Amino acid sequence: MQEKRQTQLKASPKSESAKYEEVLKNYEAVIGIETHVQLSTLTKAFCSCPYNYGAHPNTSVCPVCMGLPGALPVLNSKVIESAVKVGLALNCKLSLSSKFDRKQYFYPDLPKGYQISQFDIPIAAGGYLDVDLPVEFGGGHRKLGVTRVHMEEDAGKLLHTDNGSFSQEIKTFPYSNVILTEDMYVDLNRAGVPLLEIVSEPDMRTGIEAAEYAAELQRLVRYLGVSNGNMQEGSLRCDVNISVRPHGQEEFGTKVEIKNLNSFSSVSRAIDYEILRQAQLHSQGQADQIVQETRLWEEGAQKTFTMRKKEGLADYRYFPEPDLPGVNLSVEYISNIRDSLPELPETKRRRYENMGLNMQDVLFLANDINVAAFFDATIATGADVKLAANWIMGDIAAYMNNEKLSIDDIKLTPQELGELIASIKGGTINGKIGKEILFELVAKGGTVKGLIQEKDLVQASCFTFLRNIADPSEIEKIVDKVLANNPKQLEQYRGGKTKLQGFFAGQIMKETKGKANPALLNKILLEKLNTKP
Amino acid sequence: MLSSAETPRLLRSPAALTFKCLHTSPILTPASTSPSPSQILTNRKALLSRQTSAVDLAKSLLHRLRRYEPQLSSFLYVSPDDIVLKQAEELDNRIKNNEEVGPLAGVFVGVKDNICTRDMPSTAGSRILENYRPPFDATAVRKLREMGAIVVGKTNMDEFGMGSTTEGSAYQVTANPWDLSRVPGGSSGGSAAAVSARQCMVALGSDTGGSVRQPASFCGVVGLKPTYGRVSRYGLVAYASSLDVIGCFGSSVADAGILLNAISGFDNFDATSSKQEVPDYASQFVPLDYMESKPLKGLRVGVIHETLGNGVDSEVVSSVRSAVSHLEELGCTVSEVSLPSFSLGLPAYYILASSESSSNLSRYDGVRYGNQVFGEELKSLYGDSRAEGLGSEVKMRILMGTYALSAGYYDAYYKRAQQVRTIIRNSFKDALDKNDILISPAAPSVAYKIGEKKNDPLAMYAGDIMTVNVNLAGLPALVLPCGFDGGSAGMPVGIQMIGAAFDEQHNLSRDVRSPCPWVLVENLSFVRERVTES
Repeated sequence: MQEKRQTQLKASPKSESAKYEEVLKNYEAVIGIETHVQLSTLTKAFCSCPYNYGAHPNTSVCPVCMGLPGALPVLNSKVIESAVKVGLALNCKLSLSSKFDRKQYFYPDLPKGYQISQFDIPIAAGGYLDVDLPVEFGGGHRKLGVTRVHMEEDAGKLLHTDNGSFSQEIKTFPYSNVILTEDMYVDLNRAGVPLLEIVSEPDMRTGIEAAEYAAELQRLVRYLGVSNGNMQEGSLRCDVNISVRPHGQEEFGTKVEIKNLNSFSSVSRAIDYEILRQAQLHSQGQADQIVQETRLWEEGAQKTFTMRKKEGLADYRYFPEPDLPGVNLSVEYISNIRDSLPELPETKRRRYENMGLNMQDVLFLANDINVAAFFDATIATGADVKLAANWIMGDIAAYMNNEKLSIDDIKLTPQELGELIASIKGGTINGKIGKEILFELVAKGGTVKGLIQEKDLVQASCFTFLRNIADPSEIEKIVDKVLANNPKQLEQYRGGKTKLQGFFAGQIMKETKGKANPALLNKILLEKLNTKP
Repeated sequence: MLSSAETPRLLRSPAALTFKCLHTSPILTPASTSPSPSQILTNRKALLSRQTSAVDLAKSLLHRLRRYEPQLSSFLYVSPDDIVLKQAEELDNRIKNNEEVGPLAGVFVGVKDNICTRDMPSTAGSRILENYRPPFDATAVRKLREMGAIVVGKTNMDEFGMGSTTEGSAYQVTANPWDLSRVPGGSSGGSAAAVSARQCMVALGSDTGGSVRQPASFCGVVGLKPTYGRVSRYGLVAYASSLDVIGCFGSSVADAGILLNAISGFDNFDATSSKQEVPDYASQFVPLDYMESKPLKGLRVGVIHETLGNGVDSEVVSSVRSAVSHLEELGCTVSEVSLPSFSLGLPAYYILASSESSSNLSRYDGVRYGNQVFGEELKSLYGDSRAEGLGSEVKMRILMGTYALSAGYYDAYYKRAQQVRTIIRNSFKDALDKNDILISPAAPSVAYKIGEKKNDPLAMYAGDIMTVNVNLAGLPALVLPCGFDGGSAGMPVGIQMIGAAFDEQHNLSRDVRSPCPWVLVENLSFVRERVTES
């Protein structure tokens, strides 16, 4: 739940901000992000092993993903489909014919000694991502460039034993060479899991922009259903490149890479820390101390530390992967996928904005595809847009938060929320009772109508004295009057627009200044409405 | 053609053979270089007609295998007798009960050690994979077994297929059955020697730059390199992925064809395998006896000019030329074709093959499987495992390939070699548009002495000139014996016939202009003088 809601950035105390503002008067940061998105395909990229995060080490492996002699990769076509979806969603130009390449380096988590990746011809390139910055950070819209999207395979993991002894499973694994040292071994479950690497243009200038770019990517892959985008599980990994230069300077400063960013807020804070660090070195005339290196963000210290200095450029000796044929896309294939794309976050936000919702609401509702779907389904029942938004963002969100549930877990359906809103708006029930009913609905389910009736029984026993119009004949008169005063609506109702029942009920309540017994009122109203003249 | 009654003769002790034994060891005289009948078909006939039993066949074959093995060293691993006999017994029971038997029932196969077998070690001739047992059968092996074939063992080879003599094996040196002081060729030298000495009926090899064809030529057997993609590479330990193919050895063209038929076809586990339909090569065999006097009439044969000039032994040239005249007698239209790019093949091949191998062999790092030299740190685990596990030829090629792929050199080497490859492919295509088959020697010389080229890798590489172009172009080629160096007393010479892609088969009776009659003409052979000796 926490993870699912992390997309939206929370405002952080701006204690550092004064210092930050001061520095940014003279310096500008240039930020680019390299994101790895783990695709949630049923099987790995080049073999039929499933991937389940957290599975026991080396239980989801086969000759192919272990790099056994003689094993060959065969591409999972879902990987291409996902890449095309993401490429299209990022407004990229797709390569009709791309290919796979081998990126070569030695590391124990890389079973073949090379990673199957794409080098000079990525499947998609030259796109952009629209982001809306959080309102609490000043808001604003940015169009951030996407350099390229390419497909590749993930590596395994190096694991350490907790107590220096290996589990029986590891020791008896047929390839016990995976034990490397006295307390380190290789887990290849993740090896061969498909990734998309998405490289941004150096278009971002602040930590918030960068974090929102990453958050929007997460939103996008979740909307597309190609990844769970979960940062803590490593399904979405961000490496940030950052340099600082004096305002007005054309060329970039020395670039530093930051890794180990496990949340959007760490992306934002790490960048702000790094901007400050670099800008201070600049202003102290020590710009030469900024060297090309990889730094790690340490969450505890809230600082970046040098991990390794770059010893020149690594030579990965890329060459075309001879075990895989080229990747050829037909125009028809692409257009079929394009037609199947869901409404994307940016489009959704603009639509909500045009409905008259404020930006805070828009960002909240469009943040989570399931919340957005719930909202869309609610307003499809004819519910008032603003009221629907308020209920979802208010009491429903609060309930979800407290109970650590997602919107799919609650018992309330959009239809009933629509009904509830209509009942309140129509005056059948007041807001206070509406709230009570809502809590019943989210926790236990049921229908608004059913619950109103239940509540009414309660009302009848305890609160009858509050109601001075419980006489059916008196209510009948008022009903007749209201129907006579609204012939157009009556005609529409009888033509099938039965939702207008709420409207009539509202009018009657107005007429009686809220004093009519709702159950009686509805009963009589329905009879009258459904009696053919 | 031999009648089925004579079938057991193929497995009889060589002393009983009627050939004049002109070799260093009379015992090791290869069984036959005459137009061999199909061992597979004759055995099948004998088994099904119950003239012989699979157990008897197995026993005599194992006996022969073990008898010659000390001198030849063609096998790195021989299946235990009881396992082979058990399979033979099962087959006999099926025959007894009139149950259906597979098309390769009772066929005893040798498998090159770089082709994975789940019940036998698969070391690819390398120390780094010593005792390594794969958890799966290569697709080709699986298919053979499904069709009833019995794998008798794993044959010796140059480490990872890198070599032309089988001296590059980390374990043993294989001798040429025709002359034990000579190499059997390589890298599939074990398979070639084993088939030549009848230690098995047929064998699988692999061909990256000639590793089936050159040893076939050196050992006087039939070697078939299929079109790239015809046979699945799944389970073939990779040397150079874009060039590697699994190939077939047999004592007759028919056997090589039947074996190819069995292992061909698209495989879900190899994305580079072809979906092209596999014709039933065997059903199209026409015994030469039944043919008209000019059975190959209309077949256009192009002799590659560049392969019969300088650097090629004169005996080799004359054997090939006389085979060509024989083809003319059979009705072929012979012309000489020039492939000016032919000599470019060797350097291009060595750059591409080394580059791919430097990558393919990265996985032998001591992590997961194979020999691991436990190190203080990762770097030494890698370094020591590879230093101890890999041989010098392999190291040299890894270094060359790493160099060729390095930043700053890629364009000058790898990329340039790929451009040459395209030129070669196009020139072969042009030549095969005008000709049905192209002809060259299989190697510029006959088998040379063990040790002769061991310290001169460039001389060894030069011997691959005839074969590497075919891999670069991805074409099918057949090598079969066509004569002897120094008359019938010498070493066998092989002729290479190159066809168009996926034209391994040919239906002569319907379309004489289709290329590659080799699999079709069951008994086609060029070694006529030997026939008369028997």
